[in-house]
Amino acid sequence: MALTQKQTRWLLLTPAGLWYAALLLLPLAVVLIFSFGERNAVGGYAPGFTFEQYANLPARFAAFRNTMTLAPLGTLAALLIAYPLAYFLAVKVSSRWKTTLLVLVIVPFWTSILIRSYAWIFLLGGRGIPALFDWVGIEGVRLINTPFAVLIGIVYGYLPLMVFPIYVALEKLDKQLLEAAADLGTPPWRSFLQITLPLSMPGVLTGTMLVFILLMGEFLIPAILGGGKVFFVGNALVDLFLQSRNWAFGSAVAVALVVIMLIVVTLYGRLARRFSVGRDDVGLM
Amino acid sequence: MRLYATAVYLFLYLPIGIIALFSLSAGRSATQLQGISIKWYGRALNNPFVMEALWTSVKVAFVSAVLASVVGTMAALALTGMKGRLRAGFDLMVHVAVMIPGIVIGIATLIALVSVFDIVNPWLEAASGYRLSMGFGSLVAAHGLFTMSLVVLIVRGRMEALDRALIEASNDLGAGSLATFRQVTLPLIAPAILAGFLLSFTFSFDDFIIAFFVAGSETTLPIYVFSSIRRGVTPEINAIGTMVMVASLGLLIVAQLMLRRGDARRQ
Repeated sequence: MALTQKQTRWLLLTPAGLWYAALLLLPLAVVLIFSFGERNAVGGYAPGFTFEQYANLPARFAAFRNTMTLAPLGTLAALLIAYPLAYFLAVKVSSRWKTTLLVLVIVPFWTSILIRSYAWIFLLGGRGIPALFDWVGIEGVRLINTPFAVLIGIVYGYLPLMVFPIYVALEKLDKQLLEAAADLGTPPWRSFLQITLPLSMPGVLTGTMLVFILLMGEFLIPAILGGGKVFFVGNALVDLFLQSRNWAFGSAVAVALVVIMLIVVTLYGRLARRFSVGRDDVGLM
Repeated sequence: MRLYATAVYLFLYLPIGIIALFSLSAGRSATQLQGISIKWYGRALNNPFVMEALWTSVKVAFVSAVLASVVGTMAALALTGMKGRLRAGFDLMVHVAVMIPGIVIGIATLIALVSVFDIVNPWLEAASGYRLSMGFGSLVAAHGLFTMSLVVLIVRGRMEALDRALIEASNDLGAGSLATFRQVTLPLIAPAILAGFLLSFTFSFDDFIIAFFVAGSETTLPIYVFSSIRRGVTPEINAIGTMVMVASLGLLIVAQLMLRRGDARRQ
């Protein structure tokens, strides 16, 4: 029996379609429905239609505030550290070493973020960097369980994800542009600001967007390095679903998180497009 | 510039190196090196809780990666060159699955499955005496959802870069579509599928946050490590961490080699 092309296509797509329907669309719909429901007396969910859960969101204000300050800050810090490295790899390193050095940046990203965050407990804990400060005479420095520790964890965890897209953008840059600028007597810092930086913007935008999205849902880094003092929305969600079992309110928090994420990403995308359109004249060279 | 790069590489590898170093400590302290020994590796490998968690993680990672590779490749084959609403719908789902934070996927899967089980279980129990609960199945299903999307993206990318002329030539020479698939298309995309499989395995093996919600009574290795860290750091955790990182690295290198070989074959 020969199948028509259409039949084959349906046959091939059905398992994936069912998987998405049962484990993506259904669960997301359930979260949305639960967010309008009520908390059951014994925990879990009781049916209902109320906006109470959303009205109650300010109760988790601190978690949203921490996420919305440390996620952008972490993204910015990662960008500032990643850019020079990406530039170095794309422009300065000889092609013989390029791939190896790039792989060395990316490799940590594919190993357990749990264990990589855990590693910082040593460095930031009493016997790590604070002990060094002690030794040079600055006493009483506490790093672990502070926002700074979480920030370091974030930069450490997501740096590879930032370096890669910027590297790709810089690698594509036509070096003749820079040579031409130099021949015309443009100082290097000016050609960097007017040529290199604008042309690498797509990479910068991709990198910051990726890192920011992942940070919005972060749980592990604040849990391990924030010690319950610096908590994100992700930590509030774990508490609401696994400890206090308040599913209705937890669902409202999850919906709010996704909505905020979508708004930020959309606005950022729009801003980015305007920015790159404004620079199109450079791209046409 | 070179100095700066060196500093960043130090920043990237120093913490990992310290874990590996302290895992060799002969003493009890996790934060001080007291002589060199590999006894903590032995301790970890003889700890039944560690071994059980490891075995659960390997099983979940393997089964979910196999399912994700097969189902994802099937979808990628159908989606290549496809247009229209169905394609747009699938693209949307792939992107949503990749974009939505893992924590939200974990929560959503937990409350949806628990609710469905609550409805289904009384009937099922009356009919067969069997109950559905969170555990191995929900771990595989939730990990597979994400990794299947990765496989779709990787394999479709390779399919779209394929030389269509090869497939058309095979069809023109009278090979049936199944024969063309087995003898032409599959060998060409095999490296991409294998790379997708290895990335899926690594993701599932390393994932903490989704598993934390959907694992039910099961304990995966990351869940075990996380709850141990909460109780305090020990050289044993350092040893486990070092082994996990070495294992992930090995898989990653194999995945890279596969993708590289695929590139070479295409040219």
